[in-house]
Amino acid sequence: MTTASLQPAYVATTAAIPPPPAPQTRNPHRVLDIFGLTTAFPGDGRAITVVDEVSLWVEPGKTLAVVGESGSGKSMTFLSALGLVAAPGKVVAGKVILDGHSLTSLPASELRLLRGKVISMVFQDPLTALNPVFTIGQQLIEVIRAHESVGRREARERAVALLTRVQIPDPSRRIDDYPHQLSGGMRQRVLIAMAIALKPKVLIADEPTTALDVTVQAQILDLLADIQRETGMGVVLITHDLGLVAKYADRVAVMYAGRVVEAGTRDDIFRRAKHPYTHALFRSIPRLDSIAGEDLPAIEGAPPNVADLPPGCAFEPRCFHGGGRDDCRSIKPLSEVTDNPEHRSACLHWRTLPILVEED
Amino acid sequence: MAATDTLLKVEDLRKTFGAQGGLFTRQRKAVHAVDGVSFTLRAGETLGLVGESGSGKSTLGRLILRLIDPTSGSVRLDGREVTTLKPAAVRAMRSDIQMVFQDPYGSLDPRMSIGATLAEPLKVHGLYNADSPALIRDIMLRVGLNPDHASRYPHQFSGGQRQRIGIARALTLNPKILVLDEPVSALDVSIQAQIINLLKKLQRERNLSYLFIAHDLAVVRHVSDRVAVMYLGKIVELADRDALYTRPAHPYTESLLSAVPHPDPYDDRAKTPAIAIGEIGSATQLPSGCRFHPRCFRARMLAAEGGARADIAYDPAGIAVPGLCANEDPPLRAHRAGAVACHFPDTAVLHRMPLTSLNRDH
Repeated sequence: MTTASLQPAYVATTAAIPPPPAPQTRNPHRVLDIFGLTTAFPGDGRAITVVDEVSLWVEPGKTLAVVGESGSGKSMTFLSALGLVAAPGKVVAGKVILDGHSLTSLPASELRLLRGKVISMVFQDPLTALNPVFTIGQQLIEVIRAHESVGRREARERAVALLTRVQIPDPSRRIDDYPHQLSGGMRQRVLIAMAIALKPKVLIADEPTTALDVTVQAQILDLLADIQRETGMGVVLITHDLGLVAKYADRVAVMYAGRVVEAGTRDDIFRRAKHPYTHALFRSIPRLDSIAGEDLPAIEGAPPNVADLPPGCAFEPRCFHGGGRDDCRSIKPLSEVTDNPEHRSACLHWRTLPILVEED
Repeated sequence: MAATDTLLKVEDLRKTFGAQGGLFTRQRKAVHAVDGVSFTLRAGETLGLVGESGSGKSTLGRLILRLIDPTSGSVRLDGREVTTLKPAAVRAMRSDIQMVFQDPYGSLDPRMSIGATLAEPLKVHGLYNADSPALIRDIMLRVGLNPDHASRYPHQFSGGQRQRIGIARALTLNPKILVLDEPVSALDVSIQAQIINLLKKLQRERNLSYLFIAHDLAVVRHVSDRVAVMYLGKIVELADRDALYTRPAHPYTESLLSAVPHPDPYDDRAKTPAIAIGEIGSATQLPSGCRFHPRCFRARMLAAEGGARADIAYDPAGIAVPGLCANEDPPLRAHRAGAVACHFPDTAVLHRMPLTSLNRDH
């Protein structure tokens, strides 16, 4: 097969589009704008970069899905953006603009005021995220009163309203329950209630349904999507489940070894993927309509250790496309624009990738 | 199917936890974790077992291995009753049936080298001899581990490699059956496919039978010949893979399938909303009649349609359902080529949804 025959017809010929300018302080189309974010931990004699020049943005009312395996830096990116990286880890470069506030230059005290109010997070395991010795009502009321000067009674009324909003049955009674009295799905609803209590502009949902059953997962994510439609908040959905990405994402960023290797609209990623890792990921998962029983086209090897990355492309040792090529081994590929200005890939050879179509 | 083909036969197996009340303790409610389960497993076959957490699928796996003792019922391995075996005989039986756990790190001894971990089952069974090191090297090769790494410890391996170690350990005694309890759900997406392929290769090479317990319906479909769906301690549907996935007869199977997110935004399935059925009930308070009826959309539909089935009953939440559903626990009955525990198995609604994509392999 020649290179030319693999060349997709719609590839733009303009390769040398300059990188996007650093974000302005306020961009109405980007409620959260992360630019060149880099986080490092001290390692054996040198810094270990766990988040490496990550640029992402979230549009109001839209969902950005961040996909990647464990250790790819997807959670760490947002912990970094929120100033929640535990020492000795440190954000060493980059800019984060949240609704006009530059988070990277804010003192910790002001950052704390924004967290919860303008941006909030929902985590994977609702049992560890809730305090076992307080009722869910006490915890909800604390969130409200920490940020707004309202009386106990009013805060409690708002807490009941929030529990109603997240469809907890009999909320005025369940508000006095302790976390262990609720099922996993109900706990996750409580966490969502806490996260939306102050009407944030951005909600970061970090694997929000990984610990839940598939039937409950759909209910929780449909609920989140409903709230999003109502409030116009931007949502970041951190997940490894491509099914959820297909259903809920507007835009997608694929992360590997601390970097965004591909980003684009959902259609860009699902139909016109321009990074071999994205291709390989899609092919390796069994689907309800794939041919059962056949060997899956697995990605060989394991995700790399970010403390010990190869000098070139981090995916090269596992890559079906560029694996073994000299340039892939020596050049760390930069994210570049592909077939449209929003669709970026960090692969030296994205132009010669086969078109991502399913085998019929 | 000849009777000799049946390697494992489980009949009316039950396990009840709790329920004891002492002089000073309040009577505790019994949990019917496994509540009358029957199935067979043939040589070289994979039976998938799916259900939500709390459905009893992991308890069932442990009962079969006699890791816990059943309350009643029968498990026959190669015709021999397992539930009444003495402890020494249980150990001998376990050379034929082994388990692979979800969390390979939790199930490996951190202070034991991999070589020692793999030799241990042989030593416990008094089978360790001069040939064993060669056997262990061979098994390591077969599961994709470097035999030169036998002196390494679990923390020196990645998650995927640790699951390979768990599989290798299960194979050292040359078993006939592996009970695989969520063997890939803790692994990264790119590693899952490697382990699934490995399991299929080993099955071909050794004619192994698998009881594959998982909650991921796409993974189960990929590996299984037949699939059993568990709900609150009972199998509610058991059928050949393609029949179950294309024409589910039980409303619970239907709702599970409708909830699987489909990784293709252009497929109609991705846009089809999941059938909302609330959350799994509790095995301590089984509802009257069919255990699924409080969540069952089909029962509600039938009650709303009225007509011949309009012997309406109201469940405690005030929802109208057919009287049969509210009062009679449906047994697992033969239905088409499989079996289903539903009073109205021919009223499936999912086939009204676009299912063309499900049939691509035909």
